[in-house]
Amino acid sequence: MTAGTVTRGRSTGTVIRGRSTGAVRGRPLLRTSYAAEQAIWNTPAKRAWTLALVVAVLALPFFLSRDLTSLMTTVFIMAIAGIGLNLVTGYAGQVSLGHAFFMGLGAYTAAVFGGAGDDELVGLGLDMAVWLPMAGVVPALVGLVVAPLAARVRGLYLAILTLGLVFIGEHVFKEARSITGGVGVGRAPAEPVLFGLDLRARYHVFGYILSREAVFYFVCFAIFVVMAMAARNLVRSKPGRAFAAVRDRDVAAALMGVSLRRTKTLAFTISSFYAGVAGALLVVVIGRVTPTSWDLFLSIDLLAVILIGGIATISGSILGAAFVVLTPRLVSELADVVPFISTSPSSGFLSVFQLQTMLFGALIVLFLVLEPRGLYGLWVRVRNYWKAWPFSY
Amino acid sequence: MTAAPDAALAEPLLDVAGLTLRFGGTTAIRDVGFGAGEGSLLAIIGPNGAGKTSILNCLSGVYRPQEGTIRYRGEDLRGMRPDVIARLGVARMFQNIELFENLTVLDNLMLGRHRHLRYGTLAALLYGGKARRAETENRRVVEDIIDFLEIQAIRGSLVGMLPYGLKKRVELGRALAMEPTLLLLDEPVAGMNVEETEDMARFILDIRGELGVTMIMIEHEMGLVMDIADQVLVLDFGRRIALGPPAQVQRDPAVVKAYLGEAS
Repeated sequence: MTAGTVTRGRSTGTVIRGRSTGAVRGRPLLRTSYAAEQAIWNTPAKRAWTLALVVAVLALPFFLSRDLTSLMTTVFIMAIAGIGLNLVTGYAGQVSLGHAFFMGLGAYTAAVFGGAGDDELVGLGLDMAVWLPMAGVVPALVGLVVAPLAARVRGLYLAILTLGLVFIGEHVFKEARSITGGVGVGRAPAEPVLFGLDLRARYHVFGYILSREAVFYFVCFAIFVVMAMAARNLVRSKPGRAFAAVRDRDVAAALMGVSLRRTKTLAFTISSFYAGVAGALLVVVIGRVTPTSWDLFLSIDLLAVILIGGIATISGSILGAAFVVLTPRLVSELADVVPFISTSPSSGFLSVFQLQTMLFGALIVLFLVLEPRGLYGLWVRVRNYWKAWPFSY
Repeated sequence: MTAAPDAALAEPLLDVAGLTLRFGGTTAIRDVGFGAGEGSLLAIIGPNGAGKTSILNCLSGVYRPQEGTIRYRGEDLRGMRPDVIARLGVARMFQNIELFENLTVLDNLMLGRHRHLRYGTLAALLYGGKARRAETENRRVVEDIIDFLEIQAIRGSLVGMLPYGLKKRVELGRALAMEPTLLLLDEPVAGMNVEETEDMARFILDIRGELGVTMIMIEHEMGLVMDIADQVLVLDFGRRIALGPPAQVQRDPAVVKAYLGEAS
């Protein structure tokens, strides 16, 4: 091999015409084109399991009660927010405690564009096709403004700076009564009417009755899939690699031609977009919220999503969201069985809320110490074990 | 090296004059000037703390020298940001390995292609035709570099898991992936055994011979410097004490004094 080939370029990878997957029959793991190797689902097992999972998710609302369907919808929404946070914190390495603020901002932007207005509240009553993108764009613009400040600091200082956002945000949300409804009152969320289709009504589809919870479940699932795919595309291409480069070695990244300021700004902007969309959808599920809901605890929940799920993985964010949303419910179900847990805050040894707070705290510590890659890391271990089975190496 | 005089006489790709760098009261580089012709190999040598790495840091924009000019293809690099300089075709290999440890060898090399990937964020989000094509085409270039450096077997490994010698090679690959016009090498064979040193020397000669990349190399391994450099710049305490072809520099009394102390 001589050096001359570096500039000439050669035709590596015998691309078999007409086969987009690049696989050869009978040898599914033999990849014959770069495109096949760079694909997200680059093994038959991944394709099969993803398909099975999608089918299961689509069938789920037909078997679940309405409140469990809503809970699953919350999983998708928290996954969107978690993916957003993972882009900026996991991939780009910029710690953000400010995501509750961006979620709140998204929720109120949606309420202004899509909510009903009266003499006290501002509301334009527009379609979801308008308010949902706006719920992402407005926080993204605010993120764009904040990013140059955030790009100047790193580590702990950045954590404090973004923490400041949450407190400023909470104050502004409390005071801007014509937008947020004010403390103790709140306002109703944006109305989920998509292209004139009212998502709050029941629908009869092929003889099935779809509850409003189920309808919104499917809508959120679709949005989630689109945004998760976009994030996955981002992290496997140029901007995503730039994020990781800035995270790992910022000086070396700059010497590769990666602009640090531009990359960090991009990470903040996109991440805020995801948070805003998630915030807007979240209030539609839970209903009227007061401005104090967008507080530090929500930010910490989001951190729990990515720390438990897996830093710098998209699928980890999804696992983490499922864990963070479903565990409290599981704990409260357990409360009926386990004697010393009570469902009311005043009686018993431990209330459900206390237990779940302790549980999250303990889990974050355990994961950081034992498996920093989170649930995703556990999954990788299991997968590698079975790949080598019955050998242990 | 017979090619040395011709290379030195050619139109200089890089022309550094009056370079001075101070950190507070300490002067790291004092009025240093040198040039590098198109396709030539300039070695910088000198005792520890002579300011060798500082010069590379000035060239790649990490440090901002207080005085002097760094003319590269007719532009003054002084005061430019590192990423802007990188996009002009200046690549760098570090003394202490500065790879992206959590990424695979492939991703590290693809990061070298950063300046050649011309698609925007929106295209990346959609990963449509344009982004997909650019990724595949650049992957092909990266694969050629992998072949050239003989690191096929580790292309999918995380860089953090690799042994030292291979990391150095990957770092050279990342710099090559940038398709640089000027390549800055900071002690490319430091800490390597004889075999690895010979491999690296072969790669460096191939890069110059077949790709025609101009190189500036800091090296303590005198055998390597004398064998492959066209010009040698000798620094001591931030000052230039000699500049010339290896054979001439070797006999320079100032150089002998800097390395061996006062002749008795």
